[in-house]
Amino acid sequence: MCGVDALSEAIVSLKNVEKWFGDNHVVRNMNLDIAEGEFLTLLGPSGCGKTTTLRMIAGFEDATEGTILVEGERVEDKEPFQRDVNTVFQNYSLFPHMTVYDNVAYGPSIRKTPKAEIRERVKEMLDMVQMSGYEKRKPDELSGGQKQRVAIARALINRPRVLLLDEPLGALDLKLRKQMQIELKRLQKKLGITFVYVTHDQEEAMTMSDRIAVMKDGVIEQIGRPAEIYRRPKTRFVADFIGESNIFEGVVEHVGDRTGADGSASGGARLLGIRLGAGRVSACGEGFSAGDRVYVSVRPESLCVSREKAEGFDLPASVTDTVYMGTLTKILLRTADGQEVKYSRFEQEEDLRESMGVYLCWQPEKAVVIPAEAERGESR
Amino acid sequence: MKKKDRSRLPMLAQTGPVSVWMVLFVTLPLLFIIYISFMSRGEFGGVVYEFSTESYRTILDPMYFTVVAKSFRVALTTTLLCLLFGYPLAYYIAKKPPEKASRLIMLLMIPFWTNGMMRLNAWMLFFQMNGPVNYVLTHLHIVEKPVMFLYTDWLVNIGLFTNMLPFAVLPMYSSIEKLQKSLLEASYDLGADRKKTFFRVTLPLTFPGIFSAIILTFIPALGTYTVTDMLGGGKVLYIGNIIKNQFGAIRNWPLGAALSVLLLVITALLIFLYSRFAGIEDLEVV
Ligand SMILES: Nc1ncnc2c1ncn2[C@@H]1O[C@H](COP(=O)(O)OP(=O)(O)OP(=O)(O)O)[C@@H](O)[C@H]1O
Ligand SMILES: [Mg+2]
Repeated sequence: MCGVDALSEAIVSLKNVEKWFGDNHVVRNMNLDIAEGEFLTLLGPSGCGKTTTLRMIAGFEDATEGTILVEGERVEDKEPFQRDVNTVFQNYSLFPHMTVYDNVAYGPSIRKTPKAEIRERVKEMLDMVQMSGYEKRKPDELSGGQKQRVAIARALINRPRVLLLDEPLGALDLKLRKQMQIELKRLQKKLGITFVYVTHDQEEAMTMSDRIAVMKDGVIEQIGRPAEIYRRPKTRFVADFIGESNIFEGVVEHVGDRTGADGSASGGARLLGIRLGAGRVSACGEGFSAGDRVYVSVRPESLCVSREKAEGFDLPASVTDTVYMGTLTKILLRTADGQEVKYSRFEQEEDLRESMGVYLCWQPEKAVVIPAEAERGESR
Repeated sequence: MKKKDRSRLPMLAQTGPVSVWMVLFVTLPLLFIIYISFMSRGEFGGVVYEFSTESYRTILDPMYFTVVAKSFRVALTTTLLCLLFGYPLAYYIAKKPPEKASRLIMLLMIPFWTNGMMRLNAWMLFFQMNGPVNYVLTHLHIVEKPVMFLYTDWLVNIGLFTNMLPFAVLPMYSSIEKLQKSLLEASYDLGADRKKTFFRVTLPLTFPGIFSAIILTFIPALGTYTVTDMLGGGKVLYIGNIIKNQFGAIRNWPLGAALSVLLLVITALLIFLYSRFAGIEDLEVV
């Protein structure tokens, strides 16, 4: 449903791919179609198998099982140097004994391209990453951000159909990182090259990607557009990992009418009454019946706090902390069973004081209901 | 003032004894050798302390020149053999998991815990007229009569090669082992096959190890006299034997000293070249 619409469009396809390192199951039954010209991000915590997935596409690791297709062709018998993909490595991996020029010229010079053409293309690449003038430097005479640019130029000069990037901005400081994010995105749009981008920084993934595949323990938990993943997380892990979220555990008490107001086109969502450990709440969800164990995920900015109970809600809490951060106010509350709740809003009314008793509520369609079983991605 | 002295003390305490040792046992003897090389030879051997460049003129004598040239040839052959066999061996070991690699290195070093003379004697027994090699060769009718292997340049080369191989392998191993795998992957990724990757990435980046191997094999091979004495039987002359003989039997100390100075200059030259091209800090002396 969230995959590439027509399969023929997929430039890279993983089909039932499994990867074992000894008895360590690193990638589990992965199915992924990457569309031509797309910016796809593999996002997940450390050790979830992002690099391994990328390395299988590049050809540095063999898939234990399953098939990988690049441009519709199976690649398992192709060596890395025969694949039409290029990689920007996590640690740049520039050749230390070569100048910037020779590093960037490496690809075409291997292919016996005429000298004059190489010169032209290197110049074009270095201009593009704003590194002209550095041709004669050695990599150890460059800053992290400059090395990064050279690594990108070196990978792009071969004009690959697909560029694989493994946490390319991981070693940069925050400011440079933000700047490079914008530049990379601009470059990708301009060249129309498919980017498969690995990061464990969810903010980076949100700002750059066309689609995000959220991974956990070698499984893609959810794949979709950033806004979709943010608004409609399918598992508790995704809700927790992407942005800030308040997650309440509970049981569906009764299932109400169709709402048709859950934001998406599907009219199947119903208003659910859910009992929590510390009260009762309402939320919209599809395909649930009374007695189901569920998680309710609510973003801090979707929460409402009031002195009176709202209809369908009975969730008392007390204010523990308020932090004013310029335009945004962050407020921490605690429910009766001790769960911490994050609440943020733009108004700066000083109506909430510490240890004040309030009621929590939200618009039912702003909350996401996740079946408790879906926490284990394997079960699907 | 006092404070300054005290801060200097630890450094002096650390480097002092070593410096004294070096000056006493390396620098002074070296200077003495250079000094002697410019003196004259006594009528009954030994040194007469009169300035003379006779020893150096003697070296230019064609006879000595042939010996020097031959020593160079043998040392060069040994070095080339060591690189040719040592590099693949070092590469093979470096690609093994660390535990296995250290076991292989151990295996390589074990022969060196036996006495050097014993090892050379073993080679002689192996290659002598009625030794196993000749036995096999004659019985397989590869040769009619036993071959005289002993006292040939050929056997000297074998002896030197086996003697020097570990010293070539160790520095090359350590620089191959240090080579980052991701650099090779980057090269493959950019379209270079294994051969191109080897010549454009692996070889240049392991050059410091190769140069160390050259120094560590060429210099000892040039100056050796035990191997050449025994396997060459003293019949074929090398610079090392001549130096030894000048100080020993022939007692022409100034000539021996002059030849030593020649070796020193060559050594210094090689190390200078190395520091220019590879950076002295990369010198892989194990
Ligand atoms: N060559 C290997 N041999 C054995 N196990 C490996 C190897 N490479 C990776 N692993 C294991 O596979 C798992 C996934 O590793 P991977 O490098 O893909 O994680 P990652 O998602 O890229 O993490 P990070 O964000 O820290 O880079 C880890 O448990 C790791 O220990
Ligand atoms: Mg990684």
